[in-house]
Amino acid sequence: MTEVRVAGVGLTRFGSHPDRTGRDLFATAAERAFADAEVPRADVARLNYGNFIGALAEQQGHQAPLMAEAAGIHAPATRYESACASAGVAVREAVRTIRAGDADVVLAGGMERMTNLETPAVTEGLAMAADDLFEVRAGVTFPGAYALLARLYFEEHGGTRRDLAHIAAKNHANAVPNEYAQFREPISVQDALEAPPVADPLHLYDACPITDGASAIVFVSESYAVDNDIDAPVTVTGAGQGSDRLALADRADLTRTPAAIDAAETAYDAAGIEPEDVDVAEVHDCFTIAEVLAIESLGLAEPGAGIAAARDGVTTADGDCPVNLSGGLKAKGHPVGATGGSQIVEVTRLLRGDHPNSEHVPDARVGVAHNAGGTVASAVVHVLEVAR
Amino acid sequence: MSAHEEGYDEWLDALQAGNGHALVCPERHGSLPPRRVCPTCGATTLSREPLPETGTLETFSVVHVPAPSFAGDTPYVTAIASFGPVRLTGVLRGVDPSAIGGGEDGRIDDGADVDVGTRVSAGVETRDGAADRVVVFHPIGDDTE
Repeated sequence: MTEVRVAGVGLTRFGSHPDRTGRDLFATAAERAFADAEVPRADVARLNYGNFIGALAEQQGHQAPLMAEAAGIHAPATRYESACASAGVAVREAVRTIRAGDADVVLAGGMERMTNLETPAVTEGLAMAADDLFEVRAGVTFPGAYALLARLYFEEHGGTRRDLAHIAAKNHANAVPNEYAQFREPISVQDALEAPPVADPLHLYDACPITDGASAIVFVSESYAVDNDIDAPVTVTGAGQGSDRLALADRADLTRTPAAIDAAETAYDAAGIEPEDVDVAEVHDCFTIAEVLAIESLGLAEPGAGIAAARDGVTTADGDCPVNLSGGLKAKGHPVGATGGSQIVEVTRLLRGDHPNSEHVPDARVGVAHNAGGTVASAVVHVLEVAR
Repeated sequence: MSAHEEGYDEWLDALQAGNGHALVCPERHGSLPPRRVCPTCGATTLSREPLPETGTLETFSVVHVPAPSFAGDTPYVTAIASFGPVRLTGVLRGVDPSAIGGGEDGRIDDGADVDVGTRVSAGVETRDGAADRVVVFHPIGDDTE
């Protein structure tokens, strides 16, 4: 099977760009990815583009050809939509296409423009990832759904708001040196505890912000990299995807995320790794409790133990397995359709040694990216490794 | 009022009339309409079974930042309760949202009249100014229904 290499990565700064069009944001990320890759645009065989609420935010459907234009490429372009996992799905299909020998160069990533909408409109837009009939009409919001998970997790495994606050403080600390992060100010555990409630037991600092941004990655086949003398030291060795029932109430177990467990198992099997081989992870912490569920589904913590991982220093920058050294969705920001791509960008930079937080993981060889859609009715896991 | 949603609206009508039901396959997997097959195992034979009169509260949250259509209800309690073969999602009425949570440990105040495991009934409420009807729960013994 053809190996897939990361030739180049690009991001916009994540944050508030209410006046910048989606096409301009994606063009910026793509330009940076091509500059990093030193791959000619003419060699790109397809664009896999992730976006969730573009039809609502910009009244713009059919975005993929528009983004191909913006990136300056002439190739078949397709938009992938799996809510907050849109770019993760787009990346996985790029990896599969190259592995299958159908293309040597694929541009993948995503974009979301959100801050041009008022908060109620964003809340309504994000809620579209839930079951309209049985959840949205019953008053379930996105934070509300994760709050339901948090309450049950506390009930079954123990854990407190203070444990969640440690996750928020950790991810804010990690974002401080990250030039692409939305929030670069540290917060204390006490700050998080004293913030106003959003959906009890989740408060303001348990939630990711509303963010504009874009991500882009140039993937190439190993043979293309060799033939063209492309410096691409990171390999995508595993990719997995899982799905679950859309509505939380229909899930078999409300304190686990089986879609992510399935995705991780597939990705780890393909890469031939075990959870203990993982040196660094970027996970989908749209809410602090989501990081807990994510690291348990990845096998980085036993069920019921994930809640204490940040508090006990296991997942902090100087811990055994740092999680979300980028700042995560929580502090780096969450432009939903771009997030799955940005995680690949951050893991790549961490493994290459050119991330501002690489100093915390100087010997890292195996990185994992975990991207989730909705309340994890969709999940994508990728394993990236320093090429041997 | 939203457009008619065949299957779902009839299910809401029945719940509102006190005749709530679930769909059950031969393997006893429960689901809610509209369904052509069992979403768990793909069985094509689904029968209607009445919901038990009382359910069990599995989890809940006091929502302070609502979706626009619930802005007039804030704060309100969103909840999932199990009723025999299915779980329902709805709004928990008949409790004081201000008595729930807020503490550092995220637990329920001892004085609160609701907790995980509380027995509830299910019904349907029409809200002032809202397009959609909403599934609601009431703690058993609550007479505000």
